[in-house]
Amino acid sequence: METIKNYFFRDMGVMLGRSMRHILRSMDTIITVTIMPIVFMLLFVYVFGGAIQTSTDNYVNYLLPGILLIAIATGISYTAYRLFIDMQRGILERFHSMPIARSTVLWGHVLTSLVSNAISVIIIILVAVIIGFRSSAGILSWLSVACILSLFTLALTWIAVIAGLSAKSVDGASAFSYPIIFLPFISSAFVPTESMPGPVRIFAENQPVTSIVETIRALLSNQPAGNDIWIALAWCVGIMIVAYIFAMRVYKKRV
Amino acid sequence: MTPNEIAISVQGLKKSYKNITVLTGVNFDVKAGSIFALLGSNGAGKTTIVKILSTLLKQDSGNVTVNGFDVLLKPGNVRQSISLTGQFAAVDEVLTGRENIVMIAKLRHLSNPYQVVDDLLKRFGLTDAADRRVSTYSGGMHRRLDIAMSLVGKPQLIFLDEPTTGLDPEARIEVWKIVKELAGNGTTVFLTTQYLEEAEQLADRIAILHKGKIIVSGTLGELKKLFPPAKVEYIEKQPTLEEIFLAIVGKKEEK
Repeated sequence: METIKNYFFRDMGVMLGRSMRHILRSMDTIITVTIMPIVFMLLFVYVFGGAIQTSTDNYVNYLLPGILLIAIATGISYTAYRLFIDMQRGILERFHSMPIARSTVLWGHVLTSLVSNAISVIIIILVAVIIGFRSSAGILSWLSVACILSLFTLALTWIAVIAGLSAKSVDGASAFSYPIIFLPFISSAFVPTESMPGPVRIFAENQPVTSIVETIRALLSNQPAGNDIWIALAWCVGIMIVAYIFAMRVYKKRV
Repeated sequence: MTPNEIAISVQGLKKSYKNITVLTGVNFDVKAGSIFALLGSNGAGKTTIVKILSTLLKQDSGNVTVNGFDVLLKPGNVRQSISLTGQFAAVDEVLTGRENIVMIAKLRHLSNPYQVVDDLLKRFGLTDAADRRVSTYSGGMHRRLDIAMSLVGKPQLIFLDEPTTGLDPEARIEVWKIVKELAGNGTTVFLTTQYLEEAEQLADRIAILHKGKIIVSGTLGELKKLFPPAKVEYIEKQPTLEEIFLAIVGKKEEK
């Protein structure tokens, strides 16, 4: 057992390498998780953006946090998909009958989710810079943004694990992500909530995406994030813990 | 048999899923270095036995030891000494054949994971296809890769769960050849099959599983004594489709 523990991180590295190859070899994944959000961003900046009044002088600055969340929400649907495929084929059984810690398989998928989403977030930010995104934020603010985005990714990844483990079909494994992808549209991600009618506005102002978007926007424009940062953290950590507990329960049942 | 010579020992094995009883007291021993065939119809519980022996499932009661280790008490040691080739080819479709074998070699923590690869690819006739994605492989190639992956790290015992189901006659004969070679090198092979012919071709000992129990077990000779006495009849024997197929294909290859 001792040796199995010593190899834990090495084995997880093998699992990470495996799923990263899956991503890089799937044009579909790359298009959906990186190119689609970029197209969204271009569409909003160059087509709708002119008609939208926001508090920032530059619409890209306003919109970027929401685009990043959409990219992450699409990214994690592929985690569910990859996990589902592993369950369906015999490969999971092969891993589980090998002398490795069984949890490396699951944690490998979680790590892949973090790494691949980080890569698509970085690419999207670079494109945003090209089309005029500017930030006066210091290192500390950027680190805080990275931290919040990682927590957001982890929270959604554990939801994806539940979906991937309990889905009955490939479509089912990724369908759960559509409502999550849609959430930023009913938040302050693209337009300020002030313009929305009563009930929609109440929903928009109190759902997790708004506080996360407001926090990232404030951090990137060097303004005080106020209470939003704590609400955002509470949402991310809360969802993550609940989803993790359920995911582990489903995992133990299925394996 | 002395304990060292027994690769698998199963005593009073019982297992049910919720309210369906699958195994109702299974007993058998498998001699080290032999080929043991578990014969039974679909749904007889063959895969359940394989899963319990390979530590994927826990039995309800009964004593099961594999290579001298109790499957419940020392699952880590069991996994170290076995390889499972499940019913559905447990290969990664997105990776190439070479990458699949390297991945398993890394997970088995071999000091030089790349060393065994070329040898295995050659042995299983996959050298030309080594750098192609597995999704382009034929059914027979899938199976060969699957078995090749199971041989990485030279486990003492290999489980083959219906290794030829769904294969065409040629591919099946290839798999038979591989299995015979394995046993020739001292590896214990535990094989499940629905085909009496396959068990006849390969196994040193055959056990027939029916309704959750082993109803007979022994060498082919011993089993044949239990069959109804042979009657002499004169019949015109039509060649089977398989014989026709092999005859035609064989002729083609001679040219």
